[in-house]
Amino acid sequence: MLLEVRDLHVEFHTRDGVAKAVNGVDYSVNAGETLAVLGESGSGKSVTAQAVMGILDIPPGKITQGEILFQGQDLLKLKEEERRKIRGAKMAMVFQDALSSLNPVVSVGDQLGEMFQVHKGMSRKDSRAKAVELMDRVRIPAAKERVGQYPHQFSGGMRQRIMIAMALALEPELIIADEPTTALDVTVQAQVMDLLAELQRELNMGLILITHDLGVVADVADKIAVMYAGRIVERAPVHEIYKAPAHPYTKGLLESIPRLDQKGQELYAIKGLPPNLLAIPPGCAFNPRCPLARDRCRTDVPPLYDVTESPVKRASACHFWKECLHG
Amino acid sequence: MAEAILEVRGLHKHYPLTRGILFKKQVGAVRAVDGVDFDLAAGETLGIVGESGCGKSTVAKMLVNLERPTSGEIRYKGEDISKLSPRALKAVRRNIQMVFQDPYTSLNPRMTVGDIIGEPYEIHPEVAPKGDRRRKVQDLLDVVGLNPEYINRYPHQFSGGQRQRIGIARGLALQPEIIVADEPVSALDVSVQAQVVNLLGNLQTEFSLSYVFIAHDLSIVRHISDRVGVMYLGRIVEIGTDAEIYEHPTHPYTQALLSAVPVPDPEARAHRERIILTGDVPSPADIPSGCRFRTRCWKAQERCTLEVPELAVPAVFRLTESPAKHDSACHFAEEKQVVPPEDDGEEPPSP
Repeated sequence: MLLEVRDLHVEFHTRDGVAKAVNGVDYSVNAGETLAVLGESGSGKSVTAQAVMGILDIPPGKITQGEILFQGQDLLKLKEEERRKIRGAKMAMVFQDALSSLNPVVSVGDQLGEMFQVHKGMSRKDSRAKAVELMDRVRIPAAKERVGQYPHQFSGGMRQRIMIAMALALEPELIIADEPTTALDVTVQAQVMDLLAELQRELNMGLILITHDLGVVADVADKIAVMYAGRIVERAPVHEIYKAPAHPYTKGLLESIPRLDQKGQELYAIKGLPPNLLAIPPGCAFNPRCPLARDRCRTDVPPLYDVTESPVKRASACHFWKECLHG
Repeated sequence: MAEAILEVRGLHKHYPLTRGILFKKQVGAVRAVDGVDFDLAAGETLGIVGESGCGKSTVAKMLVNLERPTSGEIRYKGEDISKLSPRALKAVRRNIQMVFQDPYTSLNPRMTVGDIIGEPYEIHPEVAPKGDRRRKVQDLLDVVGLNPEYINRYPHQFSGGQRQRIGIARGLALQPEIIVADEPVSALDVSVQAQVVNLLGNLQTEFSLSYVFIAHDLSIVRHISDRVGVMYLGRIVEIGTDAEIYEHPTHPYTQALLSAVPVPDPEARAHRERIILTGDVPSPADIPSGCRFRTRCWKAQERCTLEVPELAVPAVFRLTESPAKHDSACHFAEEKQVVPPEDDGEEPPSP
């Protein structure tokens, strides 16, 4: 197993109290595999990724419990210097907003080249040649001429390619992409997603794709973890989850999105609002919004039940998953 | 089609590009909107889709007169609103209201919800006499599904979806006939989007509103619209009913746009053909000659560089009865199905 997150808990100490952002997350990714982590804002999907990358702001954040095993080694037990060697070289991240993640006053060639200078001790000249090579690889036209340009001279799609190039620079084994195409237009989104998937295949990397977009997930993921209020509520291979969701939240999400190929009447809407992380409801966090909720849901926190019925393994954190799956 | 309540003809908005500080010289123009025509019938929803920079938001701003067109007409019930006297304009504006994209920045953080929703009455006191306003605002809160007791709260006390409801309530305050909604749900979480889309649908029936619904999300536009116009670089390239556009698109840009939308169904991915466009949208300051889509179009030929295609029913379909018979600005228009037709396959499970 390339990466295994076990029972991870993260909280933030704020003026108003303790916000429990991640409350026991388990997931794993193999080499060459794509795991999509799906959730709305505040579900803890990005915080989990930041903890894995080691870029969580501590304080106010705090990892209170859990293990993050990368190639069998618990990252949380490493010293910061040791982690820094892993970050970038073995695991890298692609952020959502390329314009604010790139330095506006440094040319893209220098920003890409910096990876090689810092991690590989290359000279400025050699690292520049490497930068051009990378820009070619992510199919930026006229890479040689554009290597000295600044981020604002590139379009949104091109900037996101530069972010991908930067993540790929040292050929890491794991890439975490946090909403990599959310800020892009649909036609460009398709180009960037295709590129990412292709490079992943080529380099046999593990990919964690963090997104709120069920459409993007369906196109590229192998398996999905759906998060709600800092927990995984459902985990399954991609085909199963779309065919028959085993958690009412997943089911609600799937039904609430309008489809391009269907003109519906009223959309199904999940009632209510996502929970406040300072005061997560007792029992199942989804119970105030759930159509299946009963007394037990308000008191007992549902574990992640094994709901495997076919050869493929899947799990759901709903006491009444049978009803959800078959009813 | 019912009588048009709004007619837009030859609408242009050019922003001058100047050089020099003291002696400003115009060196060019950003042609944000470059010849847009459409009609909006009473009670219908016209969706306008396009990517960023296509001019859809500038059209929205001109419809509510936040921007003056460089040329062209916007006729509301036959009267061109871009040429009205300030007094006459004030009366017309009451009937065309706007809902903005970002519920975080479009509400004044220092005003209570009651003041925000009631502010339009300061400008148009004839709609609600002073003593009546508080009750009116509470009614509006109720209409958009918020607790009327929240009237004294501030915007930061609400979530994104609730704030968008406040924005909608403000848009409804003057009992307008037309609402121009610019990306009203794109800043919201998926589970909340559906609530707001449903609300907009219900309000339309309840108050017989006409909507101009602007968005980049093609699925939501299809869901809510009766007719859809596709914009590219300042122009509408194809316009028709939702079935015409989504099931029988004839313009290559529409086809590419539709095929690029990720569909939340891994089974469907196998039988879908994806058209992936190369390159980026050209700059609106330097629009290609002839057909503006030709630089990214796989069908482009010499004629496309020379002749600007008109937005009209293409000659090949003129004599047919096919649903492909709708306006499309392409010299080589042909039908291509990229979205599987409706009711193909099983129904989604109901909750």
